[in-house]
Amino acid sequence: MARREVPEINAGSMADIAFLLLIFWLVTTTIDSDEGVKRQLPPPVPPDMEQQEVKDGDVYNVRTNFRDELLVEKEVLSIGELKDGAKDFLIATGTGLLHPERPNVTLGDDNMKYPERQWVRKAELVALEQSFLAAGQEKRAEKVQEKLKAIELFGSDYRELPGSALISLQTDRNTSYDLYLQVQNELEAAINELRDELALAKFNESYASLEERYGRTKEESLLDKIKAIRLVFPQRISEAEPRDASQGYY
Amino acid sequence: MGKFKKKKREMGAISTASLPDIVFMLLFFFMVATVLRTEEEMVRVIRPEASEIYKIEKKHLIRYINIGPPQDKRYGTEPVIQLNDQFADVAQIRDWVENERLTLAEAEQTKMWVSMKVDQDTKMGVVTDVKQELRKASALKVLYSANSRERTN
Repeated sequence: MARREVPEINAGSMADIAFLLLIFWLVTTTIDSDEGVKRQLPPPVPPDMEQQEVKDGDVYNVRTNFRDELLVEKEVLSIGELKDGAKDFLIATGTGLLHPERPNVTLGDDNMKYPERQWVRKAELVALEQSFLAAGQEKRAEKVQEKLKAIELFGSDYRELPGSALISLQTDRNTSYDLYLQVQNELEAAINELRDELALAKFNESYASLEERYGRTKEESLLDKIKAIRLVFPQRISEAEPRDASQGYY
Repeated sequence: MGKFKKKKREMGAISTASLPDIVFMLLFFFMVATVLRTEEEMVRVIRPEASEIYKIEKKHLIRYINIGPPQDKRYGTEPVIQLNDQFADVAQIRDWVENERLTLAEAEQTKMWVSMKVDQDTKMGVVTDVKQELRKASALKVLYSANSRERTN
């Protein structure tokens, strides 16, 4: 039998076939990304809970209406101005850690609308810790210890926001979701920027990078730093219980 | 002076034999790197943009609620809620949360995330209602799905 030479198959079109497959794949798949703004919702309110009285200056009121307008502390603001407004609110009387704190905040006669930060002093905390421990209130003693740790990390006493200070967000049912998210985003950006500033000044590292590194390494010392910064700038954004516009809160 | 003879060199044709391999590698890269959408989107969602973005690492903990106008115009143009593969009512959310929670391992049931994919033109009314239901169902970890952008100054 005669041996036949098998001719070599031309592979030149192989690339075209592969390209076709690739392009088909690119067109048919949609990349599903799972990123967004994270929020912890408050637990449901028991019906018999009492309304707490808060000082007017301690609450930063943000309202949105059906025309997608913002009313911030009884003033109409644009979304671009919200972040700076919130930052001013949070550090109006200074944290006692950075100099200068924020040059454009002038504390004149109208500073009553800002919450006044209270000094957290080491000597007082130590006494407080002792009394809590003596009374067997370990949970409260732990909180004091966290503050002591923060003072140690910062190297000095600091001023904390009063417990009633918070940013309150009230959304009308006809506000667009886009505006709602932008407001949430700007408020969070305000807090994150302040945290970054403080972290850079005290620990030579941005807050975001501290959190990112802690996520990877779970290093205890990083967590202490994160907690210290959170004590100075807590994330207190509260959303009002939904109300009907017909009840007249305007 | 000697004259240089210009030599004409024939350039050999560049072999394209490895081209298919390169393209296949690209193809496999994309196949591995993309996450396939597991459920059909029945509502049109144009996600808003935000700068304070958080990315969830453990994807199996996420459950999705889509809110937006239906893709199919026959169902109208008002925003509707989509849970899994069907339209749903606000009242169904609590049961849905309970059921979805049971699909997770017991140790992870409290770690469930609810990702809200909401069209940016939706009015807040329906979103608020959904959020209230989530609170009642104790599904408190919420992610407002958004595309990332730079922080504004």
